[in-house]
Amino acid sequence: MSQALTAHGAAIEPAESPLTPESWGKLGMWVFLVGDAVGFGTLLAGYGAMRATSADWPNPIDVLGINLTAAMTFLLICSSVTMVKALEWLSKGDRSKAKMFLALTALGGAIFVGLQAYEWTHLIQRGLHIDGNPWGATLFGTTFFIITGFHGLHVSAGVLYLLWTISVVARRPDPRASYNFVEITGLYWHFVDLVWIMVFTFMYLL
Amino acid sequence: MAGAGHKHPNYMAIFWYLAVLTVFEIGVVFLPFGKFTNGVLLCALAVGKAALVAMYFMHLRFETKTLGWIAVTPLAIATLLVFVLLPDGFAVAKRTDDSKKVAPAAASKH
Repeated sequence: MSQALTAHGAAIEPAESPLTPESWGKLGMWVFLVGDAVGFGTLLAGYGAMRATSADWPNPIDVLGINLTAAMTFLLICSSVTMVKALEWLSKGDRSKAKMFLALTALGGAIFVGLQAYEWTHLIQRGLHIDGNPWGATLFGTTFFIITGFHGLHVSAGVLYLLWTISVVARRPDPRASYNFVEITGLYWHFVDLVWIMVFTFMYLL
Repeated sequence: MAGAGHKHPNYMAIFWYLAVLTVFEIGVVFLPFGKFTNGVLLCALAVGKAALVAMYFMHLRFETKTLGWIAVTPLAIATLLVFVLLPDGFAVAKRTDDSKKVAPAAASKH
């Protein structure tokens, strides 16, 4: 076949290198994350368009406040650091330190979900509901609960995913053999952090 | 390609960049530059923070360029979608305004 192509003077296409040579799982996670990012992007774009064209959209800072959510943002950034530290220790072959940092990451996520539940309870008691609020446009509450709820679901799923990752790391005989697996978990966790950076800016600060 | 043999970036430095940028973000909210300037500054800071997370925590800096382009696509789609949705939003807002104007006029006739 190649002889025939050369005989006709056609160039032979060079061998294609895979996008993620380490594992197919990593590529699978990237495909999932890009799809999920389109979902979040659509929600935030819809939020932006509705807000821009609404005459009575409340000022988010006045209603939601930013002290608690600033602390939640800082917490997620810290949990991203503990996640990469787990990966770093795993590459050095230290399983116990890797497990400790993974557990700290899961703890950070669990605290984040707890703080979000506290924030929701507080806002609901003040009158912010999915179908109305005393401050203005109904869609203000609708978009707030849908977008922060969708993100909160991702964080909750991430905590479970991290707990499962810890159990896998604990079971594998060679800690370095879990590197790719933990890196894939990390991709998901950092994505959740990245999305929160956007949610915090568009829904609380702007 | 970030693998077990890959040299890890200075994660603590990235953490401090993110922490400082978050403090800047909160500071921008209280600046008296007006909504548009504050909005542009906040969007720039958010994109900067997101880029730091993607490039260094998600190791996109060390992956193939093609994967980087694929990862950026959702941002482009979301930005495009805002402009696609705006005309409909303005049309709905105009209809709502018109109906508000018509309602009091009709009430005064009766």
